[in-house]
Amino acid sequence: MVIATLAFYLFSAVAVVSGLMVVLSRNPVHSVLWLILTFFSAAGLFVLLGAEFVAMLLVIVYVGAVMVLFLFVVMMLDVDFAELKSGMSKYVRIGSLIGLVILVELVIATSAWVVAESAPDMRAAITPALEDVENTVALGQILYTQYVYLFQAAGIILLVAMIGAIVLTMRHRKDVKRQSIVGQIYRDADKAVEMRDVKPGQGL
Amino acid sequence: MSIGIEHYLTVAAMLFVIGIFGIFLNRKNIIVILMSIELILLAVNINMVAFSSFLGDLAGQVFALFILTVAAAEAAIGLAILVVFYRNRGSIDVQDANVMKG
Repeated sequence: MVIATLAFYLFSAVAVVSGLMVVLSRNPVHSVLWLILTFFSAAGLFVLLGAEFVAMLLVIVYVGAVMVLFLFVVMMLDVDFAELKSGMSKYVRIGSLIGLVILVELVIATSAWVVAESAPDMRAAITPALEDVENTVALGQILYTQYVYLFQAAGIILLVAMIGAIVLTMRHRKDVKRQSIVGQIYRDADKAVEMRDVKPGQGL
Repeated sequence: MSIGIEHYLTVAAMLFVIGIFGIFLNRKNIIVILMSIELILLAVNINMVAFSSFLGDLAGQVFALFILTVAAAEAAIGLAILVVFYRNRGSIDVQDANVMKG
């Protein structure tokens, strides 16, 4: 139990500090790397909560795919990031003021909530007994039955995102030489070779 | 002392506020704004999973999964728009996005 408590404080401290570093660091590449650390520690928090499947998903999907995408884009764009950072100190005051207000609101909201009396029965109706099955199996049991339409909708969202990203970034450059297969097939010796009568001493 | 749901909610609230703070702080740099949005969505996911775990209800984890899906789609589309924007404008400054004069 002590180890779990220590692990919670370790993971949450790392998550919060690296989250701050994402926002504050001067170089966007460093920001992406700090964000990866944040996601890793959040995955640790999820493991502590007993949600192993979501934790592994976070590591695989976020760290493995989304963050690598971010890293690609940051490194691909040739932007002067120092210039973009120039006005940063102007917004510290208003930003921290609004952040403080939201934090106070969230603390007030989280410290005052109660569970309705009928809520445990409603939950028990859709959730398999968590003592009997492990997390991944239990998730699968309700994901493919209760939430199957939402699951399909999530698949469609990913498909739309994929097509949209391809359509947005694809372009046809005019100055690039491409292979024309039809032209190659219909090419014959008459068109390929041209006879010129070159006068002596003149050239073409 | 044992770790209750309030501890997790506090961590999530701090990450959420850091995300909002980041949007204000880096309001010129679209890449860092996108990363701040990812932080906010991560905070929401922590809330979902914490409630799911402490109340014994798996629906929270299912919805965390869907949030993850939508966040991945959003990141892909956002970065694609960013690349096109950079190609057209040669800059990723938010202030330059004023063609539509919105």
